[in-house]
Amino acid sequence: MKKIYENATEALADLLHDDMLIAAGGFGLCGIPELLLQAIKDHGAKGLTFASNNAGVDDFGIGILLQTKQVKKMISSYVGENAEFMRQYLSGELELEFNPQGTLAERMRAAGCGIPGFYTKTGVGTVIAEGKEHKDFNGETFIMEEGLFADLSIIKAWKADATGNLIFRKAARNFNPPAAMCGKVCVAEVEEIVPTGSLDPDHIHLPGIYVNRIIQGDHEKRIEQRTTRPAA
Amino acid sequence: MAWDRNQMAARAAQELEDGMYVNLGIGIPTLVSNYIPDGITVTLQSENGMLGMGPFPIEGEEDADLINAGKQTITELPQTAYFDSATSFGMIRGGKIAMAILGAMEVAENGDLANWMIPGKLVKGMGGAMDLVAGVGHVVVVMDHTNKHGDSKVLTSCTLPLTGKSVVNRIITNLGVLDVVEGGLKIIETADGVTEADLRAATEATIV
Repeated sequence: MKKIYENATEALADLLHDDMLIAAGGFGLCGIPELLLQAIKDHGAKGLTFASNNAGVDDFGIGILLQTKQVKKMISSYVGENAEFMRQYLSGELELEFNPQGTLAERMRAAGCGIPGFYTKTGVGTVIAEGKEHKDFNGETFIMEEGLFADLSIIKAWKADATGNLIFRKAARNFNPPAAMCGKVCVAEVEEIVPTGSLDPDHIHLPGIYVNRIIQGDHEKRIEQRTTRPAA
Repeated sequence: MAWDRNQMAARAAQELEDGMYVNLGIGIPTLVSNYIPDGITVTLQSENGMLGMGPFPIEGEEDADLINAGKQTITELPQTAYFDSATSFGMIRGGKIAMAILGAMEVAENGDLANWMIPGKLVKGMGGAMDLVAGVGHVVVVMDHTNKHGDSKVLTSCTLPLTGKSVVNRIITNLGVLDVVEGGLKIIETADGVTEADLRAATEATIV
């Protein structure tokens, strides 16, 4: 079993093709697979659909793939931080499917669990519900949402062992586990690959069964909004 | 006279009860955490995957891995727990969060809420707002009473695409506090220097 690859380019080389659906972890710029995104840019695959909560900023995260027009469609919950995104969307160059954030996370999780659809109250009575099956349970109305099955998952974690067991750090976990679960193949970039056996099995956040390939690299880990309070 | 942003946040903080798990939205709702009354312990949920959200860090201690749902750097507390986004929205959808305090563009007298989209213009997305208003038992909106043209944002019915249908329980604006009740809105209190007549005049919705 070889899961460790030399770098992001090598890890993705035989996985990328035009018009594929890629699920990406991260929230804002926190916990995004920045090295894998850069490698996708370098590869040049186009017509891509990204299921990702956000679309990065103009020069970081998925934003770099918008600059190169590699993205055909985004499935996201919030995209307000990206001028190029807004421009391409308003001009009709970029398709956008808004999913409520919890619906997006659950669509990924469900797909990873083999669940093709589920019911939720989220979005009932809004444009999100249009065209979707409605069903009442115990007097309340729910809509059906479908599992989101991706061709490829790209995620970022803090530590991995050689078998792909992952540990995330603080709020950088966010969409990474559900995004990892929903793809046919999952590539994880981490800050550190540690020897197998050095992670406490009780502390694994995502078992290696969900992770096919791992790379280690240096991360910029950009802060989107630096907010501080005065020192006491 | 009316309440400013901080006074609105301070008023919203009065809604909190000891032991509550609460989600605060982006903007004025984020300021609510600065005004949690003494003697009350609430646990703030950040829907990007955290319970027990602490204050902003002091300069030099910002951590790129530790942000809130507004993407601002924050800190953790002794009781903090982290989890993934599916788990985070599982607890929201599961009704485990007692209260959500969030901003709005429009609120209607039946509790309809619009806070995510202006057709053909602004495209940012609903984020977690649709999940929160559908899943959280008690929804408090904090917003300016009127828009920049002076038009009421408290309406008989929303004109913008909805975030949720009949989901708002209480509205706190710069002019006062209103509850969504049978037949319309009920004035609970007025802001400093604002009369009930001022509040009625600035409100398009039915006040009962």
